[in-house]
Amino acid sequence: MDVMSQLQRQWLEHSAFLRKEGYLDDQFEQLRKLQDESSPDFVVEVVSIFFDDSEKLLNNMARALEQKVVDFKQVDAHVHQFKGSSASIGAMRVKNVCIEFRNYCEAQNLEECLRCAQKLQFEYSVLKTQLEYLFRLEQQIRAAGG
Amino acid sequence: MENGFSSPRSESFPAGLRVLVVDDDPTWLKILEKMLKKCSYEVTICGLAREALKLLRERKDGYDIVISDVNMPDMDGFKLLEHVGLEMDLPVIMMSVDGETSRVMKGVQHGACDYLLKPIRMKELRNIWQHVFRKKIHEIRDIEHHESFEGIRLSINGSEFSDDCIMFSGEDLTSFKKRKDFQNKYDERDYGDHSSTKKHRVVWSVDLHQKFVKAVNQIGFDKVGPKKILDLMNVPWLTRENVASHLQKYRLYLIRLQKENDLKASFGGIKHSDVPSKDTSGGFGLQSSIHTNQNDVANDRDQFSGSNFYGQDLDAKNHDGDREEIVLEPKPDSKKPLTADVPDPQDTRCSQMSFDHSSASLGSDVNYTEFDCSIPKQYPWSECPEVQSKQEHKLLLQLEDGFSQQLPCVPQHYIEIDQLQSGRDISSPIKNEPVLVRCKSHRESHISPKETAIDDFSVQPKSLTAYHQSFEPSSTAISSMKPQAVDLSCITDLESCQRNLISPTDSTFPPFNEDLTVCWLQGDFLNKNFGLPNMEFADYSDHGFVADIPVHLYDTLTSDYECPYDPTEYPIVDQGLFIL
Repeated sequence: MDVMSQLQRQWLEHSAFLRKEGYLDDQFEQLRKLQDESSPDFVVEVVSIFFDDSEKLLNNMARALEQKVVDFKQVDAHVHQFKGSSASIGAMRVKNVCIEFRNYCEAQNLEECLRCAQKLQFEYSVLKTQLEYLFRLEQQIRAAGG
Repeated sequence: MENGFSSPRSESFPAGLRVLVVDDDPTWLKILEKMLKKCSYEVTICGLAREALKLLRERKDGYDIVISDVNMPDMDGFKLLEHVGLEMDLPVIMMSVDGETSRVMKGVQHGACDYLLKPIRMKELRNIWQHVFRKKIHEIRDIEHHESFEGIRLSINGSEFSDDCIMFSGEDLTSFKKRKDFQNKYDERDYGDHSSTKKHRVVWSVDLHQKFVKAVNQIGFDKVGPKKILDLMNVPWLTRENVASHLQKYRLYLIRLQKENDLKASFGGIKHSDVPSKDTSGGFGLQSSIHTNQNDVANDRDQFSGSNFYGQDLDAKNHDGDREEIVLEPKPDSKKPLTADVPDPQDTRCSQMSFDHSSASLGSDVNYTEFDCSIPKQYPWSECPEVQSKQEHKLLLQLEDGFSQQLPCVPQHYIEIDQLQSGRDISSPIKNEPVLVRCKSHRESHISPKETAIDDFSVQPKSLTAYHQSFEPSSTAISSMKPQAVDLSCITDLESCQRNLISPTDSTFPPFNEDLTVCWLQGDFLNKNFGLPNMEFADYSDHGFVADIPVHLYDTLTSDYECPYDPTEYPIVDQGLFIL
């Protein structure tokens, strides 16, 4: 029980932290609400899909930016897609970087685009780590009988 | 679907509503699926637009509503929207993370019954059943409209298409209503049947639609009417109302596509111009054109044209050096930003409904009216931000000049439009004759002048894009055109083009695919522009410009289907548009 309440407290704290720091917004809450008996792992499933998709998009972006002649429209298309994706799970920080990124794409500012791509990669990695930690806690809680 | 209401399921309506969700984002697909299931809807998810169309076609009556994302890799969401509307007549909801007004506007213009912004909440999804319900109710009303619509068309027998357009889209609401009443009486029996009996939704399969298009081509778009189509199609179970309804949608579809192409073209042009392309300009263009259309419908068209087509960045860019003045000059006070004249929704709707074509081309039309043929005038490019429509027109004109695709038969209208737009100095006088000449000789494959014209015409979409790129030359050429000269030669040529074109090229018209639409669009667009039903036309005739031109153009466009798109141009334009 002690372990359980400890885990739960950790989970709560971490969730609050993620919200407070803007890693996740209300959309994530919406996902939680969708989780029910018929799909008990809904959030984890959705986020997994998001991770897979994101990695692909980030790769596409990187490749597009590596071209000798950068096709900014193409890069923008990828970023736009990523923006939509990040909005789906409420990844607010990631989404904000996307918005900034798109502006630079439009301005065809390669230097800034590269910077944004890096930033995006960073924000995404951080978010992934945070979420994985959260899910691990959930797993442990469940294992502990919660 | 009727079934939704008549089956036992209807008891618990909207539970069990059959929703098809189309989105290339797998995360969203999963979320939406879950949300819709929670609303007790029956959900089918699909990651590709083409796949979705396939599903829809396979299970003709299998879905009640479609929810689709706007940005998809394999097919533009708007295109899917058009297809679904035309073939299946299902309500479609668009969604996107991009909530820019222009995009939403576009969605609505393409027929979306709603536009949701991501992230989507469950409560928004819960209410989507209303669209299904509403559509059912409106189906009957649509039939009425179609009947009257068709009635007007048929009654204008023999007149040029432009006249027809003028008839209906113009201020002829009263006559429209009269005809509507007449039609209503005539079809009262049918109405009665419809309202009392359950209408079976006709699912327009690919085959059926192909038959439809074939029939339309055979008859000739300007002479088309549901009865004629029905007879030609020879589908026993199909009713005139079905055809009428479908015909109207088809028209709207073509108009929208035309608009889209024009927008793309102008946008593409903008992109290609030296002016740095910004979202604003692109989006602006869109907005302006939209506004233009709406405004035109709503207000005095005259006003608009001037303002709309002024001072586009693009134009500014294009003209270098000494441009000749514009022959036609828009009314000075028309220099209003388009946005200022935001049309009221009513008008938009009106235009959308029966006069869609006119609204589509209104932008250009408006310009026309504005034109005062003989007065050359310099207009500052930057005056009116909404260059959009002007651009389009200009493009057409310019096409002749140095582009591979020229629209030789570009009627006066174009020239005039150009003038409107040209705050810029357009250096070389555009002569109609050259245009015509070009028309004739321009295509390699030309067999005859007429054919050439047609070819040029059909290339429109591509031309437009190409046009945009080489904006300068054409504008100059066009602007200085002398109306009279142009008129005569143009008309002549156009006429010949028209005659030539009239022979339907069934074979060249692919059944409902994008190419077709593009071509149709062009034709439609041109037709509309030129044959603008509104007063613009009337004004033009004063100048000796003839409404004929548009008709001819129209014919040209529709009949000649081979529009060799330049794939490179098109996608660019496309992207440009969407990146807004």
